[in-house]
Amino acid sequence: MTEPILELRGVNKSFGPVHVLHDVDLVVRPGEVTALVGDNGAGKSTVVKSIAGIHQIDSGEVVFDGEPVHIPGPREAATLGIEVVYQDLALCDNLDIVQNMFLGRERGKGGFLDEADMERAARETLASLSVRTVKSVRTQVSSLSGGQRQTVAIAKAVLWNSKVVLLDEPTAALGVAQTRQVLDLVRRLADQGLGVVLISHNMNDVFEVADTIATLYLGRMVAQLPTRDLTNTQVVELITAGRSGDIGLAKPEVATV
Amino acid sequence: MTSTVAEKPTEDDTPRRRPLRLRLASANTLWISLVLLALIAVFAAINPGAVLTLFNLQTTLIETSVLLVLAVGMTFVIITSGIDLSVGSVLVFSGITSALVMNAMSPGGDSTGAGWGVITVGLLVALVSGAAWGLLNGILVAKAKIPPLIVTLGSFGAALGAGELLTGGSDVRTVPDALATTLGSGTSFGVVPNLVILAAVVTAVGAWLLGTTKFGRYTYAVGSNEVAARRTGIAVTRHLVLVYLLTGVLAGLAGFMSLAYFRTTTLTSHSTDNLNAIAGVVLGGTSLFGGVGSIIGTVVGVFIPAVLQKGFVIIGVNVYWQPIAVAIVLVAAVWFDQARRRARNSR
Repeated sequence: MTEPILELRGVNKSFGPVHVLHDVDLVVRPGEVTALVGDNGAGKSTVVKSIAGIHQIDSGEVVFDGEPVHIPGPREAATLGIEVVYQDLALCDNLDIVQNMFLGRERGKGGFLDEADMERAARETLASLSVRTVKSVRTQVSSLSGGQRQTVAIAKAVLWNSKVVLLDEPTAALGVAQTRQVLDLVRRLADQGLGVVLISHNMNDVFEVADTIATLYLGRMVAQLPTRDLTNTQVVELITAGRSGDIGLAKPEVATV
Repeated sequence: MTSTVAEKPTEDDTPRRRPLRLRLASANTLWISLVLLALIAVFAAINPGAVLTLFNLQTTLIETSVLLVLAVGMTFVIITSGIDLSVGSVLVFSGITSALVMNAMSPGGDSTGAGWGVITVGLLVALVSGAAWGLLNGILVAKAKIPPLIVTLGSFGAALGAGELLTGGSDVRTVPDALATTLGSGTSFGVVPNLVILAAVVTAVGAWLLGTTKFGRYTYAVGSNEVAARRTGIAVTRHLVLVYLLTGVLAGLAGFMSLAYFRTTTLTSHSTDNLNAIAGVVLGGTSLFGGVGSIIGTVVGVFIPAVLQKGFVIIGVNVYWQPIAVAIVLVAAVWFDQARRRARNSR
């Protein structure tokens, strides 16, 4: 088994009096898709935002590539090689695909933009992900379909030699065929050796692409197990009750939030 | 990899096309350019003798120069989906501080005979005055999160008030001759007014900044999706401050140009400059919703009211028709913009 690329150890996070994350552990290995599941309010987004540098953790450790790291902001996360694809996409409608993929990290010298270089790199990245649904990399994002937008958002995340990609509900707003495309893309990211964290509510999606499933229940990590050792029913029980048979919390309890 | 997926197979090697944003912007610019050319053609057909004279050409260009400089800054602000109502007042304020400082540096408080050293200081004072108001606008908009309409409505009143306080409400009429005869009314290459050259340079630099640099790209990004821009690590707050600062500096420069041309601080004649600049920018295809626009469009947009004005004088139509005609074109232009956005969003 490969060494983890990213690890959370005993992470705690409170917002004022609300204790959102309790001693959360999470292991993300390169080449694997780690699904992060949990009910609304279980703390999935907080975990992602803590890794992305948007929230600062109160205690615990974030270990990246074997080194404990402190991530004060999105830029620092990106520098480490951590990219986040947000639920609401975070693309600029009025810009084209290339401009979006390079937004904030344009290539070129002294304020000038090297459009040709960026266009080539964008095309190569899309090709490496076997993306064939986009006609021209100079298409304005506003004219793309939901699936295409999600594809661009994911491609944007892998453009940066990133090592970990966090995907927040990438298929939530998509139809069947488009969901298919995006899941294929997620699988390809892992096959390229990236550590992929997939947040999803959709058990079909999770069981289809995830190698391990990490379940949050009221801010606690109740289980992170290989997908093959779990059944759909067990995961649903973990999500809703925090335990399933011998897995999960030791005994049923009402966790204090 | 078995990704035989529903979405239509696409021909990968479609010939390289320009960015859609550029194509849309230029399509809009194309239309409004045609309107401008049609106007010129109509006026020329009605009175061929008068329209294409050197004098008419020169005066139209000169009268538009100052407004164009304001409109270049305004284009940046509107692309960030902001607005700057204060430009006309900042223009006046900068002209006043500049003129007062030049006077103070001259013997007897009269700068008419002042040399280039004094004039250079005057220019710097005008630019710094504009920058100060721009910075104030930017900080209030970007850091204090007050709507730009309110912030700049405030500075619109405050800048003019401050200017009148400085002068006691009457115009400063002493301007260095050396300035007025060169920048103000001088020409280069025989026929090209210097004021027009300066405005053209500012416009060219603005177009370059918006079209080919990171600064320009971020301006579009902030106006298009501020949250997305922030998440990609763009310093949105800082960028907005810089955009308002830029607009302020250009208003300061416009104040200096106005001072050179009119030889007075023109306290009362710039109360609608802000609206004229906005009208020009919007006519040129820049969207009030942000994220879309171009400097070239602004140039065309600024000339339409100017040409209408001149044309009505030449063909003998009551000039009071001009604002009505501009209003119709303006509302039509925004209507087209809206319709285009709706068509896009409903796709």
